[in-house]
Amino acid sequence: MSETIWIKSGRIIDPKNGRDESGDIFIADGEVVDRPSKETLEKATQIDASGLVVCPGLVDLHVHFRVPGQTHKETILTGTQAAAAGGFTSVVCMPNTNPPADTAGTIQFIKDAVGREALVHVFPTGCITVGSDGERLAPTGSLRDAGIVAISDGGRCVQNNGLMRRAVEYAHMFGIPVIDHCQGYSLSAGGVMNEGFISTKLGLRGSPTEAEDVMVSRNVILSAKTGARIHLQHITSKNAIDIIKRAKSRGVNITAEATPHHMSFSDTEISSFDTNFKMNPPLRSEADRAAILDALTDGTIDCIATGHAPHSDYEKDVEFDNAPFGVIGLETALSATLNQLYHSKRLSLADTLSLLTYRPSEILNLNKGNLSLGADGDVAIFDPDLEWTPNSDSFLSKSANSPWIGRPLRGKIVKTIVSGKLIYDDRMAIS
Amino acid sequence: MATSGMPWNRKDLISIEELTADEIQTVFKTARAFKKILDRRTAKTPALRGKTVVNLFFENSTRTRVAFEMAATKLSADVMSLDMKTSSTSKGETLRDTVENIRALAADIIVIRHSSPGAASYIARVLDIPVLNAGDGAHEHPTQALLDCYTLQEKFGGLRGLKIAILGDILYSRVARSNIWAMTKLGADVTVVGPATLVPKEFEQLGVTVSHDLKSALADKDAVMLLRIQHERQNVSAFPSLNEYTKMFGLNKTRLSWLKKNAVIMHPGPINRGVEIDSELADSSQSVILDQVTNGLATRMAALYLCSGGKAESLAES
Repeated sequence: MSETIWIKSGRIIDPKNGRDESGDIFIADGEVVDRPSKETLEKATQIDASGLVVCPGLVDLHVHFRVPGQTHKETILTGTQAAAAGGFTSVVCMPNTNPPADTAGTIQFIKDAVGREALVHVFPTGCITVGSDGERLAPTGSLRDAGIVAISDGGRCVQNNGLMRRAVEYAHMFGIPVIDHCQGYSLSAGGVMNEGFISTKLGLRGSPTEAEDVMVSRNVILSAKTGARIHLQHITSKNAIDIIKRAKSRGVNITAEATPHHMSFSDTEISSFDTNFKMNPPLRSEADRAAILDALTDGTIDCIATGHAPHSDYEKDVEFDNAPFGVIGLETALSATLNQLYHSKRLSLADTLSLLTYRPSEILNLNKGNLSLGADGDVAIFDPDLEWTPNSDSFLSKSANSPWIGRPLRGKIVKTIVSGKLIYDDRMAIS
Repeated sequence: MATSGMPWNRKDLISIEELTADEIQTVFKTARAFKKILDRRTAKTPALRGKTVVNLFFENSTRTRVAFEMAATKLSADVMSLDMKTSSTSKGETLRDTVENIRALAADIIVIRHSSPGAASYIARVLDIPVLNAGDGAHEHPTQALLDCYTLQEKFGGLRGLKIAILGDILYSRVARSNIWAMTKLGADVTVVGPATLVPKEFEQLGVTVSHDLKSALADKDAVMLLRIQHERQNVSAFPSLNEYTKMFGLNKTRLSWLKKNAVIMHPGPINRGVEIDSELADSSQSVILDQVTNGLATRMAALYLCSGGKAESLAES
């Protein structure tokens, strides 16, 4: 950790500090520092970043690392390798593990695994309810002491509004944000894809956007009542975006994220019955997708998060109805985001990167996602124009359930530095 | 009356959506030839001798299963019908592993009925032998639509401009979907009608009229196809009771009179007498329900024959 890194001649984009200019970045003792002495520089590891963008390491508020209990899908090691390959230096992992992370003991287990294996910073979350069953509150205070950064029921959603109210009030007392996967089960009722023309054509059970809208409404109302911070995961619905916009204009303390896959694909992809397009919430209509892009552009949606959900190939290689929900996303997120927001000329490169750096960090007070002096030495270096097409062997994740297999992408991480150490180099993965 | 159709180049029959009108006519032409053979004293042909057809039915079936068994037998194939309820899928074996094992046991053709949409195309991708879809969830039931349209073509000479109403549970019906594709490809004018909870507006995008008003939907139609309420596919009640369904949407004598005078009554079976159709109407002279079943044998022979590489032209005319 006493190594000095000198990143030379890159295009430095640090959105939090409004910086977009060519220059050098220096990292020493794990921190971003001023230009060191000539002697120090002579001994420094030099990285030539000419023609490349140098930005804060990316921050992902939503990954599933499957520890404990589901390590056939992903481990802390493989998950953080995937993160590093995607330029992510800080990730927040969800508690829907086996057993679920609803006790201090399980949080400690996760932290121990992170301490042994993680190549990037991993922040754990705890459950809102015991077993994520939506029936009784989990011990939020103990979980806070064990080191969680937020509570969430993972891929589940508390249906009982009275219980959710108490959960939110209680967490607010500790200053712990509540993260919610907004889904009303009586409306989503067994749906495996978006309800619309495609589901009607295919005879697959559909889940309407209204299933998301009702819970977004519920959360807005509870946040307004309690003043608590509620962060809304993977928003996909045009109407939900409208609700969020109006809530924010009233000053309600809510934030929202969208995923790269929801902004890139619509439900027409399901016609092939390819289970790499099956996730929850599902891919929606083109109108919803356009609304997500607009919301990312105008700030209604605060950040991008991948929802990285690894599943083994044999788990996904079944009939569409029976396949588990979820797709990986860490290694394709930056490329997909650049495609949809920057290369399409909706946003500047700096504004695009803000959605992946300081803005997610601020939602959970992680103190990451910027290159201020003294900030952690977490840096991503990428080529915004490099074209590549992933195949099932492209991924460092243990799983390969990606909707981008065979789809061309533009933009790729070249190097990733975590706490002042070079963790990922695209010419070889280091561990 | 008959068109020559185009050559059949498919190893599988998965859906009507992907077929052209010409391909459908090829199936009809082939079915016609087989129907003639079935009328002979020795109603068998050696077309599939030496081949084994395996029926994998994960859902219950009377007509389709028996018709496929009969069709394979009439083509001189060996046929095996597996009741998947007693298979090792109950021990957690996947569909893929199941069919790969059956293929390894020298099956030459697989006919599959399964509760998941896309199951047939999934195993067709996995296997190198012909796969015929006998119904994949609510998605498609191609041989049903082929026999239904064959019956209409036999009765009316063709489907172009024919006015057809499909009445009942459209949302959960693979028969409705396959027939919508087939009938519209062949130029018919199709209306789907039933309760709003079972006939959503999205069906309009498939080129049909959506209606929840029985009188206007049945007015002046040449044919009405009745569908059973698919209890086994619904998990939330879409209407209050079967009683209410019959009262509001069941076909009775009065409602039948709204169609053209010589209109035909169709039903894919099984019929729930007294629910979607008055019992006596099912047996009336206007019903072609049993003709459909008989035509189901010749059309399934045609499907098996064509997917195995048989050529329509090679079939001897008697």
